[in-house]
Amino acid sequence: MWAFVFKRTLIALSVAFTISVLCFSLLQLSGDLALSIGGPEATAEQVEQIRTDYGLDRPVIQQFTTWLWGAVQLDFGRSYYYQSDVMDLVVERLPVTMTLGVMSLAIALGVSIPLGVVAALKRGSWIDRMAMAIAVTGQAMPNFWFGLTLIIVFAVKLQWFPAAGSDSWQGFVLPAIALGYYATPAMMRLTRSGMLEVLEADYIRTARAKGLRTGTVIFKHALRNAVIPVVALAAVELGFMLGGSVVIETVFSLRGLGQLAWNAISRNDYPVVQAIVLIIALFYIVLTLLADILNAILDPRLRAR
Amino acid sequence: MANILSPQVAVEQPLVTTWQSRLLRSTLNNRSLAIGLLIITSLGIVALLAPWLAPHDPYLQNTANRMVPPIWHETGSWTHPLGTDRLGRDYLSRLIYGTRISLFIGIVVALISGLIGTTLGVLAGYFGGRVDAVVSYLLTTRLAMPVVLVALAMASLIGGSMLTVTLLLGLLLWDRFAVVARSATQQLRDAEYVQAARALGCPLHYILLREVLPNIAGALIVVATLEVANAILLEATLSFLGMGVQPPSPSWGLMIAEGKAYMFFQPWVITIPGSALFVLVLAINLLGDGLRDLSAPGGRNE
Amino acid sequence: MSNLSSAERSTAPASPLLSVKQLRVDLPVAKGTLHAVRGIDFHVERGEMLCLVGESGCGKSMTSLALMGLLPRKAQINADCLNFDGVDLLTVSERERSNLRGSRMAMIFQEPMTALNPAYTLGNQLCEALRRHQRVSRKAAHDRAVYLLERVGISAATERMRQYPHQLSGGLRQRVMIAMALMCEPDLIIADEPTTALDVTIQAQILHLLRDLQQEFGTAIIFITHDLGVVARIADRVAVMYAGEVIETASAQALFHAPSHPYTQGLLRCIPTPGKTLPGSRLQAIPGVVPSLIDKVEGCAFCNRCDQADQRCHTTPPLQTVAGGHLSRCHFAHQLANPATINAQEVTL
Repeated sequence: MWAFVFKRTLIALSVAFTISVLCFSLLQLSGDLALSIGGPEATAEQVEQIRTDYGLDRPVIQQFTTWLWGAVQLDFGRSYYYQSDVMDLVVERLPVTMTLGVMSLAIALGVSIPLGVVAALKRGSWIDRMAMAIAVTGQAMPNFWFGLTLIIVFAVKLQWFPAAGSDSWQGFVLPAIALGYYATPAMMRLTRSGMLEVLEADYIRTARAKGLRTGTVIFKHALRNAVIPVVALAAVELGFMLGGSVVIETVFSLRGLGQLAWNAISRNDYPVVQAIVLIIALFYIVLTLLADILNAILDPRLRAR
Repeated sequence: MANILSPQVAVEQPLVTTWQSRLLRSTLNNRSLAIGLLIITSLGIVALLAPWLAPHDPYLQNTANRMVPPIWHETGSWTHPLGTDRLGRDYLSRLIYGTRISLFIGIVVALISGLIGTTLGVLAGYFGGRVDAVVSYLLTTRLAMPVVLVALAMASLIGGSMLTVTLLLGLLLWDRFAVVARSATQQLRDAEYVQAARALGCPLHYILLREVLPNIAGALIVVATLEVANAILLEATLSFLGMGVQPPSPSWGLMIAEGKAYMFFQPWVITIPGSALFVLVLAINLLGDGLRDLSAPGGRNE
Repeated sequence: MSNLSSAERSTAPASPLLSVKQLRVDLPVAKGTLHAVRGIDFHVERGEMLCLVGESGCGKSMTSLALMGLLPRKAQINADCLNFDGVDLLTVSERERSNLRGSRMAMIFQEPMTALNPAYTLGNQLCEALRRHQRVSRKAAHDRAVYLLERVGISAATERMRQYPHQLSGGLRQRVMIAMALMCEPDLIIADEPTTALDVTIQAQILHLLRDLQQEFGTAIIFITHDLGVVARIADRVAVMYAGEVIETASAQALFHAPSHPYTQGLLRCIPTPGKTLPGSRLQAIPGVVPSLIDKVEGCAFCNRCDQADQRCHTTPPLQTVAGGHLSRCHFAHQLANPATINAQEVTL
């Protein structure tokens, strides 16, 4: 088990390194940074000044090692636009994005697992067909458009929730729905197909032969095994949600990591962009690692590996 | 209990039908496949015949005729059945031309990413070992990169355009192709006909292209439909955030972005392009589901 | 708990533990209705070992699932009589049925590798049956499970309780399944090919174990198998099934010495006997295949494979009494029962 965690951590670190190399080389490929920081009105001298100020006149390798050494110590340099430490900006914005991500995941799990279980138990019934219809339509809705529609209906027309802002939990409801629903269809289908498969398993027949009550058979013996792949998927989906927060936080004006990323992108504030891409990638890697560990806890057969 | 049925079921009449009629029948029996195919064909025709179908020039501005509501409002008129936008451009014509953008980007992205992903996946699955380790590493790295964020940043660096978006998404969306191609090839690697081809000394490219690829094509086509849908949604997202297709192109995502400021009083400015996007992606997903059921009969519902 | 059930038992001393009359199980399939079980009769006395023999597809597993009430939902079951110790299993409510399952009648399945839930420890799965049916403490349930694990020949039982199924071999898992079936001291255990998936040496151990336990606990066992060798070792009585019917019932002794149905005779001929079957000689087989049970079967189901069939066999043969407790569903039953015929056949081997 520990060897497994160690190996995965090594892979995670090298993936993070690769991504930082990618980020950095993209930055170099994008052209003269000093020019884009200075903007179109900057004079040649100002550009030259920026070049020395940001250390852009040094060799690329040196720039990279400096940046990487900083990144290892969680120092991602200074933002061009905000004129403050990137890490301070990230730390300030992170709670909003994490709240959004966790709430979205909770909504997605809360809808998809019960629906998937009922759909599998009542296979072919109207509830099964409704669940499948939700799955198919859910995957077809662009989330920014769904978010705007939620604002029009629930914030403007019905005025149940605020359209923007992260001051109270109500502010998170609509964005969490808009972000969470996209993960629901996949998790619901996986729950449903997992339940269908498990309900046919020999050990379910054994459980019934023991005279266990239907509830015990379904929840203790079937769901426990059917839900294992869903856990792995949920972790991956949470990673995707953090990435998708760019869109939803922009639509709902939430002051989170995603909005920061978008602002940084549109202002050519590359140190911030680089840092956020790397942080979200790290989150994703950690989440998949956690998913594997959780799987091993849920499925004793995997513990031996 | 299955063994109880087997001796009886084994005595089955071979069906004497051509594959064409079989395909037709299974298409009609498979409701999602039929509906998906019907909608996509119609939208494909709309995209091809856009110049003849569009009632107006999609780029023609008319400031005197701004924000005309669609026909179902009291003030709507048949001159502009879906109304006009903030610059007085005919919404229906823009919607029709937008079909071209979505379909083009969806299909080209799926082709590019399909080529990359399939190549990597087949090589990893066929050779295993170190090749597999390298591809798996690439795959992990790719999956760890947040697609929307990376695409946005890159598009902003290079400058957003239809070409940029297509290439970026093509280079980013190969992961599912690689995963499916890899596992399908792994299963095939030890199949007898592949071993036979190897034993006969067939060249590698022959084995991969003539023996392996045709047999994993079914699974790849299903992935491809889902990737087309994914690419269309991502293009709309990028264009909505201003880093994708640039104005005055009638991209549906861009139309929603341009309508956003008016959505509280004229919600149709975002409802119409949003619904178009929804219908197109839904149709592609239905097609993909239908194809999956065809290639694995009863796979989803049994 | 045993005091209570013995009091119940004493109310019906003469009647068999289980009696089955004209049991039918129909399954809807794509091309019509599959008549998996077509009107079978048998009974099980208390404490006896009844072997249900037949090849795969003959309806023996369906019969066992019907008795347990575990048939697939779409299956149709009917019978003239399906009586378990005074309880009518046809009309009993699902609730009472589940009270019987696991406590008064238990089942051991064919595939020990998949019959245990991979997510829970053996202890958990052993105890839950007992705690479902009886008010016993955790400790008591645990102790009984350990006792039974030791009784079925598992060493270090206390440690095993904390293990998961994947940590055990197939033979050990089947022993656990047997212990699990015994948890509530049932009156009847249905063992559906419990040794088929196991190695031959393990098979023998498990058979001995079942035989010993049956005598020790006085449990009746319906042992389902396709292997006449197994039957010869353990059966008190045998019911031979073919194409959804019981075609011959007899004591084990009578069946092996005077088989009175061509199918039973055919099966016995298929067993190679050391010393009698010549090395290199062809093993015997019954030619032909089992008829489809999807449509109505007319006449004797075996007649298309039977070398003695004539005109009469196109009518359904009645169940004929060959000797006391020995029944055969063949028009020629009485002729076949003549031991001279068998000896002649043995010589031809």
